[in-house]
Amino acid sequence: MAGRESTAYTIGFAAIVCLVCALPIAGAAVLLKPRQELNQRIDRLEKVLAVAGLMERDEDLSAEAVEARFNEYVVPRPIDLRTGEFVDTIDVATYDQRRASRDPALSREAGENAARVFRIPLVGVAYEVVTNDQLQAIILPIQGYGLWSTMYGYLALEPDARTVSGITFYEHGETAGLGGEIENPRWQARWIGRQATDEQGVVQIEVIKGAAGPPESDPYRVDGLSGATITGRGVSATIDFWLGPEAFGPYLEAKRNASPARTR
Amino acid sequence: MLDKKSKAVLLDPLFEDNPIARQVLGICSALAVTTLVAPSVVMCLAVTVVLIASNVSISMIRNYIPSSIRIIVQLTIISSLVIICDQVLKAFAFGLSRQLSVFVGLIITNCIIMGRAEAFAMQNGPKASFLDAVGNGVGYSLILLFVAVTRELFGSGSIMGYTILPLVQNGGWYTPNGLMVLSPAAFFLIGGLIWALRAWKPAQIEEELVVHIDPPAHVDSTRQAA
Repeated sequence: MAGRESTAYTIGFAAIVCLVCALPIAGAAVLLKPRQELNQRIDRLEKVLAVAGLMERDEDLSAEAVEARFNEYVVPRPIDLRTGEFVDTIDVATYDQRRASRDPALSREAGENAARVFRIPLVGVAYEVVTNDQLQAIILPIQGYGLWSTMYGYLALEPDARTVSGITFYEHGETAGLGGEIENPRWQARWIGRQATDEQGVVQIEVIKGAAGPPESDPYRVDGLSGATITGRGVSATIDFWLGPEAFGPYLEAKRNASPARTR
Repeated sequence: MLDKKSKAVLLDPLFEDNPIARQVLGICSALAVTTLVAPSVVMCLAVTVVLIASNVSISMIRNYIPSSIRIIVQLTIISSLVIICDQVLKAFAFGLSRQLSVFVGLIITNCIIMGRAEAFAMQNGPKASFLDAVGNGVGYSLILLFVAVTRELFGSGSIMGYTILPLVQNGGWYTPNGLMVLSPAAFFLIGGLIWALRAWKPAQIEEELVVHIDPPAHVDSTRQAA
């Protein structure tokens, strides 16, 4: 074809290719968005159900079933992290805590912390598991920096707001087989029954190097992951931060005071 | 049904001229996603679909592409297809797309797709390019699935998540091979596979001798097109 190598033809051709390619991409992005957002929400609900022990790890539920089970047992509680009080101006169905912590209007700078959390949302969402009007568990979103990456997960506490009843990490970029073992259900099971904080609410739990004793005699320490000391340190710092005074501390304190003294 | 040449275009990439084993392209994804079978199947499908669509569309406009920007045009088309593919996976196979994470996006840089666009689709009509894409897609998938089945079976004791060898830590008898879950295992498997393939088809070794004097195979295929 004549003039196929001319500058005008080249620029025109490039422009047409860009236009033609952009149309289907824009179309796909717009058309598929509702479905993708639904998937993301269901995924989040599943994680919460799993850490609360309301869903087996290999259980395959439809989106409706997940939603139904979540609505039956779990109450999302938007909480003003500075006061620990409920906020009723937030729609939990659409509120995304992770997105909020990137929005300057909805978040603030975090104080220096070992979990390397730089911004903290003004409102955090805690999940309360309630059956027969009785609080069964409190589930908190946690995130912090390990060796390579930010680790995202949930920590479940018993109604005394101290005893760990579950932990899970659903997104991280730690080394597979080493730090990546934070995903391992058998390691996560080692947390159950340990005390996250002391009676004053100061976070004590820590991932150590090597093996910890049974929860009854060694309540504040958790087995380390071999070859993943720094990831373990990151996990400790993460819990320290999110249960501490800057994050869910005030809310947990209120829970602790409200909970009837429990003998353990 | 197909004439001799079309048949060769379709079937050669399976064993004679396999993109991974013979042309040594697309190794990166073959290492990264093959620890488990399920994500590998999705990866194979995604690569094959993108390859077919890119080969056919590039072949259709091959006579209009100004040669000075032809690589950029190819990349624009390929990346558009990959983005759409990624969006579809996020909407309909959310769990798997999360497991594949960045590797779906990295199909853009999968040398097989660029390689076939540049080496085949730029010279041949849409029908032949379609067959070439199917052949290469299937050839890629064969290797990927072989590696994935081996790695999941010996590394995790299961196939597609169904337990075949009960693991010691779950009360069974099989101690998983830790190497299999790490990327180097795929290197060894692919190496072994290339060896086996050349032992079976010694013709590939003889050609290899010629290639030794020339640049390696993947450099060769882009040079032909240029």
